[in-house]
Amino acid sequence: MLPTAERPAAAAAPDAVREPDAEDLRDAARHKARRRKERRVAWTLVLPTLVILVLALGYPVGWQLVTSFRKYGLKQQFGQPPEWVGLENYKTLITDPSLWAVVVRSIVFCIVVAFATVLIGGLLALLMQRVPRGPRIVLQVSLLLAWAMPVVAAMTIWIWIVDWRRGLLNWFLVNVGFTDAEGHNWLAQPLSFFIVAGVIVVWMSVPFVALSIYAGLTQVSGEVLEAAQLDGASGWQRLRYVILPLIAPVLSIVLLLQLIWDLRVFTQIKMLQDAGGVANETNLLGTFIYQLGTGKGDFGMSSAVSVVMLLLTIALSWYYVRSLMKEEAS
Amino acid sequence: MNARRIGNAGWSVVAVVIALVWAFPVYWMLNSSLLPNAVLNESTPRLLPFGGSLDNFKVVLDDPGFIKALGVSLAVTLITVVAAIAIAFLGALAVSRFRFRGRLGFVLALLLIQMLPAEGLFIAQYKMMSSVGLLNNILGLSVLYAAAVIPFTLWMLRGFVAGVPAELEEAAMVDGLSRTKAFLKITFPLLAPGLVASAVYAFLQAWNEFTVALVVMTEEQSRTLPLWLRGFVQASATREIDWGAVMAASALVAVPVIVFFMIVQGRMSSGLVGGAVKG
Repeated sequence: MLPTAERPAAAAAPDAVREPDAEDLRDAARHKARRRKERRVAWTLVLPTLVILVLALGYPVGWQLVTSFRKYGLKQQFGQPPEWVGLENYKTLITDPSLWAVVVRSIVFCIVVAFATVLIGGLLALLMQRVPRGPRIVLQVSLLLAWAMPVVAAMTIWIWIVDWRRGLLNWFLVNVGFTDAEGHNWLAQPLSFFIVAGVIVVWMSVPFVALSIYAGLTQVSGEVLEAAQLDGASGWQRLRYVILPLIAPVLSIVLLLQLIWDLRVFTQIKMLQDAGGVANETNLLGTFIYQLGTGKGDFGMSSAVSVVMLLLTIALSWYYVRSLMKEEAS
Repeated sequence: MNARRIGNAGWSVVAVVIALVWAFPVYWMLNSSLLPNAVLNESTPRLLPFGGSLDNFKVVLDDPGFIKALGVSLAVTLITVVAAIAIAFLGALAVSRFRFRGRLGFVLALLLIQMLPAEGLFIAQYKMMSSVGLLNNILGLSVLYAAAVIPFTLWMLRGFVAGVPAELEEAAMVDGLSRTKAFLKITFPLLAPGLVASAVYAFLQAWNEFTVALVVMTEEQSRTLPLWLRGFVQASATREIDWGAVMAASALVAVPVIVFFMIVQGRMSSGLVGGAVKG
């Protein structure tokens, strides 16, 4: 804010060391006024964003925090105000194995699917790099098609494919010799339900990962690889010691994003539950919160689970945001 | 050298096969949408749409539920896009053209908010909307959508605004234009591609969104397209489903999305992975 700081040219001049005269002081005052005005304009521009975010997201987060300390039961459905119970909802969440199961199941599903997505996406990216232009573009267009599909539309297709009566999957399995698949309902058992859900989520998420990693791979210079090859590095060694370290930043960002996104998977699970009919043993965090809140009216417990989910997301996002900010600063 | 060439051909075949497998569900949707139900109900699936027709599409377009849902979706999407772009654009200007205290914190908060899952908030949003009487209200849903897309839209626009050098604007100001005029005449036209990309992003989000709509739009006549589409396949394990019509409906919902998506895809992914990929 000092005038000299704002005028490095003057400060660097040989006669810089002198008492500030009236002119300088007026300058400084004018400068200050301008900066104040700039700040006011900036905050005015930001204001609409702040208002809508506070209204539509901030208030719900606050409400949820408060509500997670309250108990909603039968009485509240008849209009009684909810009771303040402190940490009891959280205590139940930690001690009740059926609630725990949902949290653990969500985390396991999230980790397995996210790693599978990044692994397959990475392999496809390497493949794209290996093949000539023609097949590469075919593969890229096909991935883009899958990526572009609206989730709900994609889900109706997959539900049709795995349909137990006339779905393509069972027909295919029967024809390659698995006659047991005739009339098998894949969505009725939790394990096969989650395998189907996992395949669908991977199918949807791989395109983003593969194309991002491929974009990262194109940054690895051919010269470096050639040098490694001349030095006698095998294909695996080049991948492990040259390519992987160079694309590590992309890999870690897409893995992080997948973890965050797979933790919140909702539409796929909800629609498969709709189609298959079993809900209780196939709940993940999102559908569980939905069931507690809209089905049972247990807003206290559903808020507590939501808070846990938000905290998990923020913890994961923190690294992502930090790495983005680092890029921003550099 | 020869072995290498054969290896290349092999990998090309692998790439094309994977491409076919990956795009297959989309193909299967189009194929089934063209076939009459009598054919879809045969025990052997027909892999090519021989004898197909557009009858399934006619069934869908004649469904009053579709027209209603299309109307709701269009209205919600339009309001969301306009509101989100206008608000985020102002914010992006502030962040990339002004230095002010709290700027870094603001950007940091945006990035964190952008990651918040709708699933962790929707019960509270439902309670809030019901307490102000905005359940099943197009405007209410649009406000929730706008808030959800603004953080990323702002982040994306910030990159575009920063890409137009402030010196251009300053030069115009030296030439006698006011700050506002300089901005409107010089910077704004250069930002058009960025605004289009962000608008398409907001469109895709609002058009495809399912989770929040499911919670907030509880009545049948206020359903958006995704909710209407979901209604088709509910309880498919236990009741007869008109799969031909479902696939035609899915295609109708998906095709505009695919077209717009192809336009904006590059911008979106570079916004997400930030500087980790310098494309």
